[in-house]
Amino acid sequence: MIRTTTLFLAALTLIAVIAPWLAPYEAGDAFRDFLHAPPMRPHLDGLTPVVNPLVLADRLEQRFEPDRSRTVRLPWIERDRATPVFLLGADDFGRDVLSRLLYGARTSIGLSLVATLGAVVIGALAGAWAGYRGGWVEDAIMRTADFVLVLPVIYVVLVLRAVLPLVLAPSTVFVMVTLIFIAVGWPFVAKGVRAIVAVERGREYVQAAQSLGASPLRILAVHLLPACGGHLLVQATLLLPAFILAEATLSFIGLGFPDLVPSWGTMLAAAGNYNSIARFPWTLAPAIAIFAIVLLTNLLAARHTQNRH
Amino acid sequence: MGRYLLTRLVFALLLVFIVSSAAWLLTRVVPGTFVDQECVTLSPKECDDLRKRLGLDRPLWAEYLSWLSHAVRFDFGESLLYSRPVGPLIVERAANTAMLATIALVAATLIGIPLGIYSGTRAGIGRAIVRTLSVIAVSVPPLIGSLALVFLASRTGWFPVGGMSSAGGAEMTWAAWLADVARHLPLPALALAIPMAATLERLQSEAIAASSREPFVAASRARGVARARSILSHAWPVSLRPILGLYGVMIGTLFSGSFIVEVVTSWPGLGRLMWDALKARDLFLVAGCAATGALFLAAGTLIADLLLAYTDPRVRSGERA
Repeated sequence: MIRTTTLFLAALTLIAVIAPWLAPYEAGDAFRDFLHAPPMRPHLDGLTPVVNPLVLADRLEQRFEPDRSRTVRLPWIERDRATPVFLLGADDFGRDVLSRLLYGARTSIGLSLVATLGAVVIGALAGAWAGYRGGWVEDAIMRTADFVLVLPVIYVVLVLRAVLPLVLAPSTVFVMVTLIFIAVGWPFVAKGVRAIVAVERGREYVQAAQSLGASPLRILAVHLLPACGGHLLVQATLLLPAFILAEATLSFIGLGFPDLVPSWGTMLAAAGNYNSIARFPWTLAPAIAIFAIVLLTNLLAARHTQNRH
Repeated sequence: MGRYLLTRLVFALLLVFIVSSAAWLLTRVVPGTFVDQECVTLSPKECDDLRKRLGLDRPLWAEYLSWLSHAVRFDFGESLLYSRPVGPLIVERAANTAMLATIALVAATLIGIPLGIYSGTRAGIGRAIVRTLSVIAVSVPPLIGSLALVFLASRTGWFPVGGMSSAGGAEMTWAAWLADVARHLPLPALALAIPMAATLERLQSEAIAASSREPFVAASRARGVARARSILSHAWPVSLRPILGLYGVMIGTLFSGSFIVEVVTSWPGLGRLMWDALKARDLFLVAGCAATGALFLAAGTLIADLLLAYTDPRVRSGERA
């Protein structure tokens, strides 16, 4: 379980880091003659994958037809700006959806990874301190955690985000949204860590360390927190997709990143109106990406519960 | 039992108090309130008059106390954005959200629980199909689900793509209006219900699988009770404890989910109202929405707690279950 979970988190980190380098075009590259161009289907010409370039059939209806007499090689092999290749179609500015999806992966997954890391660290520290100290410290921390857990997360995020100025620089948005996510995410981690630490605290190896004169800090860091490793990993895997979804939700309603920043939320915001959904469904590609990540997480969790029985 | 009830009630009231106060204070303290935006187009004199009329010219604590003393009497002030009293506005929208949430919860229960009982007590291809569907369904959060359903609706025309009633809904007769709403309801309700049904199915399946391994179920079978009956009237009631616990948690999920579904499908509910209020920095409306939301939430958790106490005597006596 720990191996697959680590692999999963590592794979997502890798995607966040390298995705933009795989993108055939820049995120902001707009091809004005190809607004809402549909996805092109690649096929093999000998051994090289090629597509038929699109020609505008009707500008008013934004209808395109493939030109079967010509072929263009994929942009990773040969890039020609006159005949762009849209494997996942183009959006309302004629930008390549695939490229934006890959750039957006960095924004959305990156933000969620940072927020997850923050929530796990804060939650582990708070939970460990509560479990180790006991008494009123434990009460105060755990009551606060319970209180945050009862609130509907998205409303809290919404109110916290809405009291900030509406227009912020993308980097400020990144920091603020990350902080808000940490604020609502830490109790999930803290609860489990407290329970584990409270049990482990009474074990012989902790008493042995205490009798050898180890400081509380050392006992927590060296002996107790490693005991929570599995729990921390599981919580991280659960928080990550929740944060990805929360970013999408925030940007979707216009309280996340500004529209120019490629993120899965801003892409969905542009694609999420009735007209666009009905006529240009390929612009909803980030929804599929989010679904895939949530599904993978749930499959991991399902395997975990099966192993337990 | 009385003591347990009392602590839960105090917690619920505290929740409503803290949430609405926090929402009021946060919206009030940050710069750029609704009045500041209005004042851009007004003369300083008119601006002062507006502040005075809304009672926003006093020290912060006096404003807060005045708001609080009215709020406990369910008078939440006047919406600055809609120029209407907040109370009726919220009641109207909250009813829409409550309708959506209730239908979704009932649908999720009717789909999830029977499938969970089935997959938890049977083996074979049927269980495999239910499990697969349920893992997929639990991975469709309301945002994705509502987008997918809108796409489906726009392609097939099976149901209207958005809103709560068709244009001209105001002139319809009462029955026609109800039928119209019933046609608009399935899309947002399904988007909400699908992941919840799957969560219920998973939990019910695990719970009933565990409880049907208990000796008293085997004993009932040995006494000659039919298999279906021994599952339904012996194993199932015992497996309900974690399910009822989940309902308490799901009220929150339902609220979060219904917010985004309301935005995507233009359902005129509390979530959309709060979103509009937040964007316009409409102080009293934000606080009113937050208080109503917290009230719903507290009531939901309270009901779930009571159900739990009713089914499990250990909770009542404060014993750790």
